[in-house]
Amino acid sequence: MLGQGIVRGLVETARNFFGSFVDKDRLVTVQFPEERLPVAEAARNFPFLIYDGADPEQGLRCVACQICEKECPPRCITIEKSKDKKPDFVGKQQFYPAVFDIDVSVCMSCQICVEVCPFDAIRMDNDFELSTDDRFGGLLWTKEKLARPNEHYLAIHPTEANEVEARRAEEKAQAEAKKQQPAVTK
Amino acid sequence: MRPMSAAFLILAVVTLVGACAAMMLRGLVHCALALAVAFAGIGTLYLSLGAQFLGLAQLLVYVGAIAVLIVFVILLTRGGDSDSPPLAPAALPITGILVAMALFAVLAWAVLHSFAMHPSGQPASPVTVRQLGTDLMAGYVFPLEVIGLMLTAALIGAVIVAMKEKQGTQ
Amino acid sequence: MLDQVFVLLKHWLLGYSPAAIQPAVSILLTIVPILLVFPVLFALTTVLERKGLGRIQNRYGPNRVGFFGILQPLADALKSLTKEDIVPASADRAVHFLAPLVLLAVAFLPYAVLPIGRNMIAANLDAGVLFFFAIGAISELSVFMAGWSSRNKYSLLGAMRAVAQMISYEVPLLLSSIAVIMATGSLSTVEIVEKQAGFSGIFPHWYVLTPWGFAGFILFMISATAETNRSPFDLPEGESEIIAGYYIEYSGFKFALFFLGEYLGMFAISGLGITLFLGGWGAPLPFLTWIPSWIWFFAKLLGLIIGFIWVRGTLPRLRMDQLMSFAWKFMLPMALVIVVAAGAWRFLPLGLTRWLVSVAFIAVAYVLLARGVETRNKTAKRIYRFAE
Repeated sequence: MLGQGIVRGLVETARNFFGSFVDKDRLVTVQFPEERLPVAEAARNFPFLIYDGADPEQGLRCVACQICEKECPPRCITIEKSKDKKPDFVGKQQFYPAVFDIDVSVCMSCQICVEVCPFDAIRMDNDFELSTDDRFGGLLWTKEKLARPNEHYLAIHPTEANEVEARRAEEKAQAEAKKQQPAVTK
Repeated sequence: MRPMSAAFLILAVVTLVGACAAMMLRGLVHCALALAVAFAGIGTLYLSLGAQFLGLAQLLVYVGAIAVLIVFVILLTRGGDSDSPPLAPAALPITGILVAMALFAVLAWAVLHSFAMHPSGQPASPVTVRQLGTDLMAGYVFPLEVIGLMLTAALIGAVIVAMKEKQGTQ
Repeated sequence: MLDQVFVLLKHWLLGYSPAAIQPAVSILLTIVPILLVFPVLFALTTVLERKGLGRIQNRYGPNRVGFFGILQPLADALKSLTKEDIVPASADRAVHFLAPLVLLAVAFLPYAVLPIGRNMIAANLDAGVLFFFAIGAISELSVFMAGWSSRNKYSLLGAMRAVAQMISYEVPLLLSSIAVIMATGSLSTVEIVEKQAGFSGIFPHWYVLTPWGFAGFILFMISATAETNRSPFDLPEGESEIIAGYYIEYSGFKFALFFLGEYLGMFAISGLGITLFLGGWGAPLPFLTWIPSWIWFFAKLLGLIIGFIWVRGTLPRLRMDQLMSFAWKFMLPMALVIVVAAGAWRFLPLGLTRWLVSVAFIAVAYVLLARGVETRNKTAKRIYRFAE
């Protein structure tokens, strides 16, 4: 009968309308700045540099090996090695980056820099609320802006970070053990 | 000047400008729209004379239907697309002048011998829609039926012409 | 007294103006409230619509701009005022400029014959309903002007479809109102409302409560939806069908004017529907007559607007050929049958007879026409030759 489908449709939409006031589960909208959806653990946006301890200059894990700069496909990383060295977490003297710039407007979040870094120094952050109105300087991130403490890494990617922690603790323990023993090969 | 005359003046100017524009503009659709303005002007002139039904029927039928029909015809026959130059003036302008003078003479005779120039002293009583209705159904019912028949024939003819075209193109 | 508060206010203000300019002041005092109230109602309707549609679709509507989004129209107005006004290079500038103006002028005129309350009508014309329809017919020309002047194929196609749709749906609109005019015996809107002002027991004498009135009201509202290009008849302006139809090339304020014109047309035709079928400013129950008449009018108008929004959220868009066949093959014969049923109602004696006869006419016609409309679109059952 003509009109039956229309009436059924109208009843359905009326139910939806009144139901949306009564039943909170119907409205699946997340009111963005006030409520946020939880981010997945493996989510990534742009890279950041990790430092151990409290001092970003001293504790920076990066040794300016420039592997990530060479491997980066759009070549958004710019590194300048320092002239002097500083000790790393096992005590060895390493260079450090005097300049470490990432041009975030070019970075394509491919994570290749993370995959090739031998020193667990660069990892992916998951912060996406990065709008700025400074089109040029605002999107060129320097070492100061990129450095984040290890606690941040543990907070955003717990599984990975704990594995890295375990590995580094082992390496440190091995290095300590080696230092205790004098050179055996003599 | 009585307020009524000012209104009449404005309406008359609008109607005449519309009619002249319908003759003189270049684009065909512009002419059709100017013609619609002229129709609307005539409708409002009827209204200003107190003929409510006639004025509103003029607006409804002429502006609402006939102007739209003219516009559709122009569009469907692609007459409005080409900016063709206006038609070349006739070789004998005297013919046009004579025809215009004859038309003016006929109209002038009609107006001078009309009711308005020889008023009988009493103002005409306003005609209500009810009177129109009763007259149409009682006095003029035969012309009404004939017109109805003619319109039906025109409708059927239009449908047949359209159908024939569809079969022709298939 | 609350009922006549606006009339008394007008007379009081008129008393303070010098006699020379009194006619002008009287006209201004009548027109300015119309020019203020209905655009404000338009602003409110845009928010209501967006929030209503949102709730129907299980989401919130706009809720950032004011308390629950109520100031959203201000944001929209600011946006449309500050947008760049782009006119295509090959467009016909004069006609392109005039189209929204004509639409707006023609959208405001019909409010002159709507009785918004007792003694509150701008122009008590003898042929009020005819005036309404005449002005409505002129708006088709402005749609065509908009579509043609943009020199855009989509826009022209949208305009022609829109005009064809408006012309087709004017016929059932007029026929269903002819049934009401027949029952009243007058074309004046004030008389139509006054005829529906009585009560028999608890039921008002509204025409919608008679069988032909009910069917006529439904037909009127369907035609009204089609006349104002509202969903589900909004093919000429569908955003996914033909981009935006006849107002593609309009940006900024002119687009806002088109929007305003369309919604004003919707209110005007709802107002006419209320006047013809729902008893105008009359109260629905005899013990509610103490509520002022103009509040009833706006309450009914709000009800019809909610109905429009509800239908928009429910039904998918009709295709052009479906739309046209619906108008000519279903609505037109149905409207003619309604006129006949109204005539039978008028001339049969009061009581069960006339109810039965009217309902019989309308029900039989409905069933037959519905079957006619449906079977035409039945496609053959699909035969799969290769699939299992």
